[in-house]
Amino acid sequence: MSEFKIVGKPIPRHDAWSKVTGDLKYADDFSLPGMLFAKVLRSKYPAAKIISINIHKAEQLKGVQAILTAKDVLHNETVTKFGQSTEVGKGFEGLYRVLADKEVRFMGEAVALVAADTEEIAEEALDLIVVEYEPLPGVFDPVEAMKPGAYLVGENGTNIIGEFGCGQGDIEKGFAKAEVIIKDTYKVPFVDHAYLETEGGIAWIDDYGVINIRVGSQVIEHFRDVADVLGLPHNKVRYIGTMMGGGFGGKEDITVETYLALLTWKTKKPVRLVYTREESILSHSKRHPFIMKYKVGAKKDGKLVALDAELVADAGAYPYLSPWVTLYATVNAAGPYCIPNVRVKSCCVLTNNTFTSANRGFGAPQPNFAYESIMDELSHKLNVDSLEIRRINCLTTGKALSTTGQVFKTHVALPEVAEKAWAALGEPVECKEENRKIGRGLAIGLMSYGRMTFLHDSSRSYVRLESDGSVLIRSGIPDLGGGQVSLLCQIVAEELGIPMSRIKIYYSDTALTPLAGTTTATRQTYMSGNATLKAAREIRKRVINKAAEMLNVNPEKLDIINEKILVNYDQSKYLPLVKVIKACNTAGIELFCEAQFNAPFTITPDLLNIRGMTFPDFTFGAQAVEVAVDTETGQIEVLKLVTCYDVGKAINPLSVEGQMEGGSIYGMGYALIEEVIMEKGITMTPSFAEYIIPTAVDVPDVKAILVESGGGLGPYGAKGIGEPSCSIIAPAILNAIYDAVGVRIKSLPASPEKIIRALKKDYFEK
Amino acid sequence: MEDYIVELTVNGERISSPVKPEESLLKFLRRNGFTEVKCGCEKGECGTCTVIINKKTVKSCIMLALQARGKEIWTAKGLEKQELGRKLQESFVNTGAIQCGFCTPGIIVTAKNYLDQNPIPDKGEIKKAISGNLCRCTGYKKIVDAIYAVAVENQKSI
Repeated sequence: MSEFKIVGKPIPRHDAWSKVTGDLKYADDFSLPGMLFAKVLRSKYPAAKIISINIHKAEQLKGVQAILTAKDVLHNETVTKFGQSTEVGKGFEGLYRVLADKEVRFMGEAVALVAADTEEIAEEALDLIVVEYEPLPGVFDPVEAMKPGAYLVGENGTNIIGEFGCGQGDIEKGFAKAEVIIKDTYKVPFVDHAYLETEGGIAWIDDYGVINIRVGSQVIEHFRDVADVLGLPHNKVRYIGTMMGGGFGGKEDITVETYLALLTWKTKKPVRLVYTREESILSHSKRHPFIMKYKVGAKKDGKLVALDAELVADAGAYPYLSPWVTLYATVNAAGPYCIPNVRVKSCCVLTNNTFTSANRGFGAPQPNFAYESIMDELSHKLNVDSLEIRRINCLTTGKALSTTGQVFKTHVALPEVAEKAWAALGEPVECKEENRKIGRGLAIGLMSYGRMTFLHDSSRSYVRLESDGSVLIRSGIPDLGGGQVSLLCQIVAEELGIPMSRIKIYYSDTALTPLAGTTTATRQTYMSGNATLKAAREIRKRVINKAAEMLNVNPEKLDIINEKILVNYDQSKYLPLVKVIKACNTAGIELFCEAQFNAPFTITPDLLNIRGMTFPDFTFGAQAVEVAVDTETGQIEVLKLVTCYDVGKAINPLSVEGQMEGGSIYGMGYALIEEVIMEKGITMTPSFAEYIIPTAVDVPDVKAILVESGGGLGPYGAKGIGEPSCSIIAPAILNAIYDAVGVRIKSLPASPEKIIRALKKDYFEK
Repeated sequence: MEDYIVELTVNGERISSPVKPEESLLKFLRRNGFTEVKCGCEKGECGTCTVIINKKTVKSCIMLALQARGKEIWTAKGLEKQELGRKLQESFVNTGAIQCGFCTPGIIVTAKNYLDQNPIPDKGEIKKAISGNLCRCTGYKKIVDAIYAVAVENQKSI
């Protein structure tokens, strides 16, 4: 094929206009006649026995149509699946409860559901439900929860729900060779996804008795899980996914869907449920806090010889995706470095905090903060500059990951990305104010794209060329705002030589669109991009072969450009695409194709000694920042922020830059301001007045540098960028703070208070 | 409590509807089909529900529908009909200043009203002007660029 026509061009997404006018209908923008309004009664306590639930008074309230508690749910305790085709075994997957039964394990846990004629009546009914609790002591610190005799959150006799390990070489011998050893403990907090659209949806039963759920979800394959809860055949529950107002992993687990299905099934009426902001923050998953004990040994020249890491993740009250996230952290724990002797041990532990699960980065940002802080410490201690110490230790193409031994057969753009990011900072900002200190920091990292290979991931897509030359795509792909849907249009436009405006895509519907798998794990460009490419190329081949026959030329001489099939790019010698389509139709040649793309499949590893391939591939990046620290107030201003990633191929550079810019600021919030504060299981930050995320005045002009090695496994050599983009920035910022004022903050966020306490240590320790 | 009748204009169109005294302008607008006005927090903290009322931007979740009686309201959808609104929308589309799109209508409304009063701001002023509108996806870079591109165009036409 000739050079790209649409791929690689910064073009507006197919749905951009519907978003600027507000025409696009999200989950909450849709109603049905006669619909009921649902509300959820939530636990006031983080740990308590439920002695009794009295719904009598609430039931008497005029306008109340249904009240459900755990006893009304056929299969209340359940394991959510995420569309994968393998069984990994008990304990490894998303165990949760639909409604609290006999006990509550976290504040905000759902206890009862109400459906009523109006939202106001539903709210009033919540107040009339009397739940008698007997508060229990609970446990809120994962390290405490691991100790023998600790309060037990679940029923298994231990709070530890997952243990993982990996490594290579001999750790003792490795440290014996070290000339310098750094030992430190790093901590990261709970954080919220803070998407602007809260969880919501509407459900109804159609003419054929099928439960239809119109919902914003990253995983429409949950239709099976919802059907299992109700004891219905899978084909009696249908998800119609809407465009999401952000997801970031928070709409990966089931949110409102099961509640909607239960209530519409009970009342036989349409039911709508949309969470308030407070409810959203209280009830959906959080990013895992980790306590990370690291010991790293190096030679005087900066060469790493040994790394020992122990990671403890707070799983909160139910497993959900904690074991998976912990596995990611384990594999990522040694970073993108060649270290001959490595040992990583990790575990996730139940507590009575809000449950934790997927959050953009999925276990990659936490260890990255630890190992990149340590690399910076080594660089200062050994007087090897921050770029050089990474250059002499980083992975390169053909080398293997130090944790699992997975060999990088694809391109590894290290140290290239680090060199580019560091250089792009340019001349330092001049500052003459005495209380304002300037500093710079660098961090590099890696993160997988595509799901764990032992889950046997696949995606499907359908493409049809219409008789008038327009195209219809059907793909189950959910779009959380990253432009996942538009990307498929761009691939088909490229392959079939038609403009984007000639394409109509139907997406995210479990009844009508081929299942494309989850919009998680930074997998859609890779997985559904490849499935769509495969389908489009099959149709392209059929059309070109027909045209070759009509023109009596070799098919290799043909290309489709602007709806014309050209011979040798000669504008005067062509067949209109429509004419060839007609000929295909007359000859009975199929101009539709549903294709499936499979990721590499591996067997489930020994989780305590993970070896070999666990992910299809990784994305490598670097971030460099310049900050100003106010030594009087502890206030930090990020003056410059450079983000550089090897994205393989930027199919739509606008979207890729958008991910890199947005991911940087998502990570900047993590570094500096964001924390869901829980005091003994009580969420103290349930609104945007307390849970602060960056605003326009807090951010620098992010400079995104795209390296396009073409070395990815996605279409045209693309790699995934959504999650990797946010996973490196925190240590870059904290290393810059150290450079500015000589203070190393080892727990996020690096709040002004922590900076001041560290700067005036003598004063505070008196 | 009894219902009151509220009459006002939205995007140049007269609307008359009974409301309960406690109903917010946000709920009133969405109930009447103006779903481009988004609900992100209902506490005046996120800016997704921003509308223009008599040339001022207002977070419609913290204003009562009754307080908007007789007023002239513009939403993102209505701005399509105005030259500056249309230019901003076009600039957002071409700059790629849109990801999930949930904050977009509110930010366009804020930007339009701001540029009406200060047609050629610098980027720092634009950042301040939109600092009451949260965006979680973009990191604000392309949003500021999109608004700035319209400001630059304004400068050329002066």
